[in-house]
Amino acid sequence: MNDLDYKFFEELLKRESGLIITPEKLYLLESRLLPLAQKQGIQGGLEGLARQMRACRDAALTRAVVEAMTTNETSFFRDNTPFQRLKEDILPVFLKSRATQRSLRIWSAACSSGQEPYSVAMTLKEHPQLAGWRFEIVATDLSQDILAQAKAGVYSQFEVQRGLPIQMLVKYFTKQGDNWAFKPELKDMIAFKEANLLGDLKHLGHFDIVLCRNVLIYFDVPTKGKVLSTLKGATREDGVLFLGGAETVIGISDAFRPLANVRGVYVRDDSTFMAEKKPAAPVPPVSAAQK
Amino acid sequence: MKTCLIVDDSRVVRKVAQKIFEDLGFACSEAEDGQKAVEACKAGMPDVILLDWNMPVMSGIEFLQVLRKTEGGDAPKVIFCTTENEFSFIEKALEAGANEYIMKPFDKEIVQSKLLQIGAI
Ligand SMILES: C[S@@+](CC[C@H](N)C(=O)[O-])C[C@H]1O[C@@H](n2cnc3c(N)ncnc32)[C@H](O)[C@@H]1O
Repeated sequence: MNDLDYKFFEELLKRESGLIITPEKLYLLESRLLPLAQKQGIQGGLEGLARQMRACRDAALTRAVVEAMTTNETSFFRDNTPFQRLKEDILPVFLKSRATQRSLRIWSAACSSGQEPYSVAMTLKEHPQLAGWRFEIVATDLSQDILAQAKAGVYSQFEVQRGLPIQMLVKYFTKQGDNWAFKPELKDMIAFKEANLLGDLKHLGHFDIVLCRNVLIYFDVPTKGKVLSTLKGATREDGVLFLGGAETVIGISDAFRPLANVRGVYVRDDSTFMAEKKPAAPVPPVSAAQK
Repeated sequence: MKTCLIVDDSRVVRKVAQKIFEDLGFACSEAEDGQKAVEACKAGMPDVILLDWNMPVMSGIEFLQVLRKTEGGDAPKVIFCTTENEFSFIEKALEAGANEYIMKPFDKEIVQSKLLQIGAI
């Protein structure tokens, strides 16, 4: 591929999804886009694809290219610890701070094929003290293809064996041929919507818990910073943000700071998250001068 | 070092499983049916048992029922590993006291994920 075509795809992907294609990742362009070009009946490989896309703006083709370049790798209870922290450190705080409303709004901001929001839904269901609470889980992704899978809530035997305890398989799924399908009681907890993290996401509203995991890693620093400000706008003042294991806000954005003693969890810079509430200031000692 | 007893009538499966468990830091022993596994457990309880369902002499589920009644037999974490993938089998295994359940075919990733869940690694 010549430099010009490379630049074309590089710019397109950065603009449309934030994805950075470094020269070492060039092979990804070939392995993902060559089959796409073929399927679309476009001659001349990647050069042909670039030529056609430059010649006429085709929103559907652009979307197909962007979607083909996403990495959808995920699993149930991915990395395990964040879900442990949610259960043991974060939910107990909301149990107190939302005791009157008895409702939680949660956003899975790059949900891929759905394992993340479903894992959250199961964590909530398994929490005895949250029985009777109202939950609204909003799960979004840029890719329509992957969202359709997430919405269906049907997983292969291989997928249900990655990270999902067998007791939960028995409790929350029904068998569908060789696959496993979530029961409606779980599916009904989640609203799946298409949303690009680079766009304006005000319409999604405000959330108590936001998960944006394993997607910032694909962006450059300015884009990460921009997305983190968007996430701040969507996080309630006393809400929390979960990032992926290889992600942080440090050195990238002042919108959030790490929550003390809870790895992978962040709060807004102006946070009022309960666990962080400072003890009431002690009455200042009367100074000698005033005596 | 943690120990694992691999119970399967297929030599090939035992070898594959042994390699995976050794990579995960286990010392492995083998049994080719439930009866032999009972004897092995009486000689010394392993930390983890990987258990096939269908075997000659004594099946996996029969073994598990015997094991859980044996003195010290509630200690080992038992992971079924079988081609049986129907709901009713999984429920029966859990009722009999299985800790986890793997539907064949399996690979290292699945084994590792299951071991993590039951806190065996
Ligand atoms: C590796 S998956 C992470 C899935 C899940 N959060 C997890 O941690 O397992 C990354 C997802 O981010 C999505 N994605 C990439 N760029 C995006 C963007 N600009 N806006 C929204 N989603 C995006 C991809 O479609 C993909 O499904």
